[in-house]
Amino acid sequence: MSSAVSGDGSTTRGGLRLRGLRKSFGGLEVLRGVDLDVAPGEVVCVIGPSGSGKSTLLRCANHLEPLDAGFVQVDDVLVGYEQRDGRLYESSEKDIARARLRMGMVFQQFNLFSHLTALRNITLGPVRVLRRDPAEVEREARDLLARVGLADHADKLPGQLSGGQQQRVAIARALAMNPSVLLFDEPTSALDPELVGEVLAVMRGLAAGGMTMVVVTHEIGFAADVADTVVFMDDGVVVESGPADRVLRFPDSPRTAAFLAHVHRHPDKETDHA
Amino acid sequence: MVLDTPHTLEVVRRRGFAARWGVGAVLVAAVGWLAVTVATSPNLDWVVIGDYFLSTPIMAGVGTTLVLTFATLGIGLVLGAVLAMMSQSRNPVAGVAASGYIWFFRGVPLVVQIVFWFNLSLLFPSLGFAETNAVITPFLAAMLGLGLHEAAYLAEIIRGGFLAVPRGQVDAALTIGMTRARATRLIVLPQSIRVILPALGNQFVLILKGTSLVSVIGGGDLMTRAQQVYGQNYQVIALLLVATGWYLVLVTLAGIGQRFLERWAAA
Repeated sequence: MSSAVSGDGSTTRGGLRLRGLRKSFGGLEVLRGVDLDVAPGEVVCVIGPSGSGKSTLLRCANHLEPLDAGFVQVDDVLVGYEQRDGRLYESSEKDIARARLRMGMVFQQFNLFSHLTALRNITLGPVRVLRRDPAEVEREARDLLARVGLADHADKLPGQLSGGQQQRVAIARALAMNPSVLLFDEPTSALDPELVGEVLAVMRGLAAGGMTMVVVTHEIGFAADVADTVVFMDDGVVVESGPADRVLRFPDSPRTAAFLAHVHRHPDKETDHA
Repeated sequence: MVLDTPHTLEVVRRRGFAARWGVGAVLVAAVGWLAVTVATSPNLDWVVIGDYFLSTPIMAGVGTTLVLTFATLGIGLVLGAVLAMMSQSRNPVAGVAASGYIWFFRGVPLVVQIVFWFNLSLLFPSLGFAETNAVITPFLAAMLGLGLHEAAYLAEIIRGGFLAVPRGQVDAALTIGMTRARATRLIVLPQSIRVILPALGNQFVLILKGTSLVSVIGGGDLMTRAQQVYGQNYQVIALLLVATGWYLVLVTLAGIGQRFLERWAAA
């Protein structure tokens, strides 16, 4: 792990706490009261059918989408709101941005900055947002690229990289900000099947290194191997959550069982874009 | 000739082809006749054109036209980018202010705006720190009129460029701790340039030619100088052709420049 401290100098790692998250788009309630706790160093995989609210959950966790109700805490710091007199007031944009620094995010579509090289994608945040020394940041960025197996691709533009390579750069970009928690939004769903493995390998490495991770995924095999906790979501609520082994092998809920049976029958059909 | 259906179709095509040649020939003849008539007209003195093409007043006019063009582009780009950001902003006041500006400055004819700035002293005789007439020279009035007008157009072009940048780019910028404003500056703006450039080249040509309107207030540009010269020697057509030649030279150069810029942006 890189040695940088987060934006305000705090190095407390308090994990992630989501409480009563509600979110509607138009008339459709996508999240209907979701609670989730992620302890420091824990890996949580969120599974569930398309449209169950998994991606929205992550986007609400780091306030890319403002909440209708509930709150998010990371390292015991409220994200997007300040508490005064028993109420939650929406924070200023600057404060929201600072709180977001505690969470990294990896997207289904990679979202690398298309006009910047792999190296600049990684250094942009530490240099421009954290105001760190460019030379030092560049050394760390090259180390990160080496860790994700792309040491020779530092000067390539995203368009010159394969999907799997782009996603590994995106993971390095998130790591460079030294977040407390990494959020993965279906990180392998947009990849050709033969490229999935290289991204999952990097994620396994992070998990083994003690990174706190929330992974929305359809890779049940990955969840079984790596997750401490598996959360099954359907229709905007958490249907079931618990130790990965237990939930995946002996689910309590018939909905979980039905979903898992479906995924095992059609392992390639579950690449949604929700 | 046997007139079954497929052959009939073919004959019509060949006739259309012949008509094309015919129309082309008529056009060439007409343009050629016009060119020869103008070129050999006793009312047009080619020596005058040759004498004035590189003359001091005309060259000064070309210089002023270029300065006005680039100043207009500069004002238009900076103000247009600000307006585009305002209209993208979540702040409704900024959005309304931007669309109000665009509505007004795009809606009022350029020549009206130029004459208005030139006559600002009639509305505000003094600007507090100085007499209005001492500050608003014809050149400054021309620059204000052109720049503020152009900003309204460029704002829309830049906004179109912003819209072409995928939303995920902003999401990614926000997740590494940027504010929306910084994401626009560091991520959206650089990426929108490729989309903006072709429209910008078109706009550059419009600005270049639009500067000729400042001749109504004696702005000192190419057209102003040509008018001043023919006001003295009455060689109206000759000097209009001098101006025409220069505008075409400048527009051609701009076109070449644009091609290089687009190639650079695509790289």
